[in-house]
Amino acid sequence: MSQIRTEKNLQNITTAHPDGIGGSPLRPDGILKVKGEFAYSSDMWHEDMLWGMALRSPHAHAKILSVDITEAVKHPGVQAVMTYDDIPGSKFYGLEIKDQPALATGKIRYHGEAIAIVAADHPETARRALAKIKVEYELLPTITTEEQCLDPETHGYVHEPSEYKGHASGNIVHSQKVISGLGVTDEVRALADVVIKGDYVVGMQDQAFLGPESGMAVPAEDGGIDLYIATQWLHVDREQIAPVLGLPENKVRLTLAGVGGAFGGREDLSMQIHACLLAQRTGKPVKIVYSREESFFGHVHRHPAKLTYETGATRDGKLVYCDARIVLDGGAYASASPAVVGNAASLGMGPYEIPNVNMLAVALYSNNPSCGAMRGFGAVQACFAYEAQMDKLAAALDIDPVELRQLNAVEQGSIMPTGQEIDSPAPVAELLRRVKALPLPPALDTTHLDVRDIPGALSNTSHGEGIVRGVGYAVGIKNVGFSEGFDDYSTARVRLEVIGGEPVAMVHTAMAEVGQGGVTVHGQIARTELGVERVTIHPANTEVGSAGSTSASRQTYMTGGAVKLAAEAVRNELLALGRKRYGWDYNDLSLVGGKVVSASAGALVPIADLLGDSAIDLTREHHHRPTVPFDKETGQGFGHVQYTFCAHRAVVDVDVELGLVKVVELAAAQDVGKALNPLSVVGQIQGGSTQGLGLAVMEEIVVKDGKVRNPSFTDYLIPTILDTPPQPVDVLELADEHAPYGLRGVGEAPTLSSTPAVVAAIRQATGLALNRVPVRPEHLTGTGE
Amino acid sequence: MEFLRPATWDEALAAKAEHPSALPISGGTDVMVELNFDRHRPSALLDLNRISELTAWESGRFEGQEGEVIRLGAAVPYARITRELSRELPGLALAGNTVGSPQIRNRGSVGGNLGGASPAGDAHPALLAAGRDVLVEAESVRGTRLIPIDEFYVGVKRNSLEPDELIRAVRIPVADGPQQFSKIGTRNAMVIAVCAFGIALHPKNGTVGTGIGSAAPTPRRAVEAEEFIAGELAERGLWESGALIGPAAIQRFGELVTAAASPIDDVRGTAAYRRHALAVMARRTLTWTWNEYTQSLRSAA
Ligand SMILES: Cc1cc2nc3c(=O)[nH]c(=O)nc-3n(C[C@H](O)[C@H](O)[C@H](O)COP(=O)(O)OP(=O)(O)OC[C@H]3O[C@@H](n4cnc5c(N)ncnc54)[C@H](O)[C@@H]3O)c2cc1C
Repeated sequence: MSQIRTEKNLQNITTAHPDGIGGSPLRPDGILKVKGEFAYSSDMWHEDMLWGMALRSPHAHAKILSVDITEAVKHPGVQAVMTYDDIPGSKFYGLEIKDQPALATGKIRYHGEAIAIVAADHPETARRALAKIKVEYELLPTITTEEQCLDPETHGYVHEPSEYKGHASGNIVHSQKVISGLGVTDEVRALADVVIKGDYVVGMQDQAFLGPESGMAVPAEDGGIDLYIATQWLHVDREQIAPVLGLPENKVRLTLAGVGGAFGGREDLSMQIHACLLAQRTGKPVKIVYSREESFFGHVHRHPAKLTYETGATRDGKLVYCDARIVLDGGAYASASPAVVGNAASLGMGPYEIPNVNMLAVALYSNNPSCGAMRGFGAVQACFAYEAQMDKLAAALDIDPVELRQLNAVEQGSIMPTGQEIDSPAPVAELLRRVKALPLPPALDTTHLDVRDIPGALSNTSHGEGIVRGVGYAVGIKNVGFSEGFDDYSTARVRLEVIGGEPVAMVHTAMAEVGQGGVTVHGQIARTELGVERVTIHPANTEVGSAGSTSASRQTYMTGGAVKLAAEAVRNELLALGRKRYGWDYNDLSLVGGKVVSASAGALVPIADLLGDSAIDLTREHHHRPTVPFDKETGQGFGHVQYTFCAHRAVVDVDVELGLVKVVELAAAQDVGKALNPLSVVGQIQGGSTQGLGLAVMEEIVVKDGKVRNPSFTDYLIPTILDTPPQPVDVLELADEHAPYGLRGVGEAPTLSSTPAVVAAIRQATGLALNRVPVRPEHLTGTGE
Repeated sequence: MEFLRPATWDEALAAKAEHPSALPISGGTDVMVELNFDRHRPSALLDLNRISELTAWESGRFEGQEGEVIRLGAAVPYARITRELSRELPGLALAGNTVGSPQIRNRGSVGGNLGGASPAGDAHPALLAAGRDVLVEAESVRGTRLIPIDEFYVGVKRNSLEPDELIRAVRIPVADGPQQFSKIGTRNAMVIAVCAFGIALHPKNGTVGTGIGSAAPTPRRAVEAEEFIAGELAERGLWESGALIGPAAIQRFGELVTAAASPIDDVRGTAAYRRHALAVMARRTLTWTWNEYTQSLRSAA
């Protein structure tokens, strides 16, 4: 073996790859998406393919008296029409509670529930066939308000007691208490000098991903099904699909298709079972693509919430107690409601030390649209309420709102109301300090107005009149990973081999890339751990073990961690090979620049030479440290894997006469532990902040008597570029020793505090209480709901 | 669904006469949404995109209209109106600039807005304000009909076209005074109007034109407000003096604009908000146009 140690080579081998961790290589899907060339799940095509479509209920609550498919079956071009009775396996499915029928039977529980499915040779044929299905309904009074849900004796049950599959009872899906310190009693109340009470309402937000639900089921020769699908978690989809098809799991194989956004909205099944049922029945590939309107009925939304908070503090601003009740509307089926409740209850006090806590969070069954996972998952609603409380308290005590927060902020070593110690950095006060220290944007220049810079923008509603500036702050706390005893492990397979004389790593996981940049990070990890330049990413499928869900800010932590473990195992095996072959006794070996390198002796051998024709192919599972469920009565327990924090400062201009808002700037500071890809991290923070801005000022699914009133992007408004302000981001990297690379999940925390920060800024500009989001012009002008 | 693609205007008229239920498609920014949402299943589409004269405009003098007139082809997209006609048709240019997004403004047209006759169409308030002698050129194989803009909107999303008629152009007098347009939406771009307001000062004949959008079953003008403010301007000699209108009259103008509307509560906004916002927009746009007018008086002097 000859070692070549030139100046140039030395540099090469000691410098980590720029596209390894800490670098910002571009994502492979970025340019394709911008140019419209990315292949989404809705773009798939197969010879002989049929189109599937579902008939949906126009009513929110009704008995199904009869379903007559005779005419639809006869319609030329129709290959199958299926109803509940045609389901070969189990009839119900669900993420946590299997309470949702794959097709409705007996009763309709929400507007848009699927009753029958059709497969036909053309979408238009399918549509016409659907129109020929005759459903007789008997309308039932809807159960939609909290009062109605909580009084089933009078208003009835969404799920009759005899068919009830939930954990709790009545119309309650799940409830969780958290009691700490002395709880909240009259004696505790007496300890406070100031008491702030508030009632808050959060409207129903939608994930509003741009790629509608879609996928293709292809029947296989072995009687199984291959499903190509845009989802967030391949394995949990399979777990729910296979029993309904009456197939063993290994006969249902899933491959990830191009995903156009998710944000929690693809955690539940949408068209998966329907496409598979139709493929199974017809023996042909079946494609289903939802229209935009159907998409609004085809996925769960963020739980709308009513929150009641009572906060007590001493005269000098120390929090004494908080009594809170959070009521989440879960809609017709359970979806992720139990876990959302757990989050709301355990995180609902915010990132503050509060000695005495009494919290109750519940999710209700109703005839409203089902609600489940959405970015921020139960922590968003509470953050709006507890941050409003902090501002009111600051005003009552005449303390600066940022100071008040800092005074009560948790830090490493603090005990959460659940009794869990925060055992890694929790720089809440520092994040607030940093976001406050950022320079403020300049005042509005009314002498050189560009209408695009002011509320209303091109709509030309103001030339400077009525505009008042406001500044608001907020901070939030979110958990990372699945909580309460769930072992949401991830699997990764890494293969190292020589291709074209060069060592190439292949990373194979079942991780759903939904736009978060996970595949880019996997490449970075493989480059860093294996010292290779080239990394290929295997398509995500169920041939490899579960990667868990792309949610809960967990994928870089969990599947990234699994890739790290697998790559380390491959490296160890490679080095063992080298030790065996060359008799090395260095204990300072690493893989850098395509070579085995000893820190003391320099480059030893190119990986390609060492590996030769063999390949190392290893699979590893990554489990986070175990957690436990919260105690039902007290909420005590080591329930969360990791905490994550983000603080925001919002600057807004409000046209106070017209009630129009322009967010001028939305600054954030977040601790990410370690930024594996700094560009992606900033992208996540800005994207999450923007979604929170949307909830603050415009995003809401309007539901009246169980009916969705705005299922379109004409009337469900999401921020455009003119609504999205400059967003300076200050990223802090304080390592969490429990996490791979010390990283902290990034995706959700910014979605929490941006909403209350924007609303706080609007409050400052207007002097109004604003206890509801989204804030509408009506609320700012006193002209209605 | 049949797809008819006439190459000339005459062929288009013949096709429309033969297939009166055929749906014309110009920019397609309304039509394609309707089709995609499955709200409309016309038996045939009549594609007007091959007829180049529809995307042209000319200026000149026309019978029945005073002064210089822009004859705006039905399919001239908003982006071009804003770019090419902001001096001649400032109200319409401002209104066009609020429509949708750049992509929509590159395709959408005033002809399409009129064809749809939605109460939320942004061209309407500007056209109404531009004067009572704005004329819609409706044509069929039977001949040409010049429909005054005040008679064009007849119901919710209904206009006064006959089944065999197509819109060829709109004849709009060149502005003889300042014009403004304001629209409320709950976001800062790409939004259907919650309500909208257009205003035009016509110093030549001493009138003021107005148009209200999204606050009644059809676009409509605020007649009493127009007459009130024209009266004020005349009686107080303000056209000549260029003096301030004063808060009382501006306030009254806003109230009368609100009174002319009959808005409803819907997902986009409450009736109460619409009334409130119309008054604010009316006051502000009147102030802007009057300031501009007085400045032009001063610089002319
Ligand atoms: C994303 C988006 C945003 C939008 N935002 C706005 C907005 O802010 N403000 C607004 O006012 N509108 C908006 N619209 C609606 C639309 O862009 C406008 O109404 C536009 O003026 C339609 O013009 P078009 O040429 O595209 O019409 P088309 O869609 O081609 O046609 C519209 C209607 O007019 C009829 N028609 C077209 N040409 C003729 C003709 N020559 N003779 C007779 N009938 C005809 C058609 O049959 C149809 O009924 C928006 C649409 C979209 C998709």
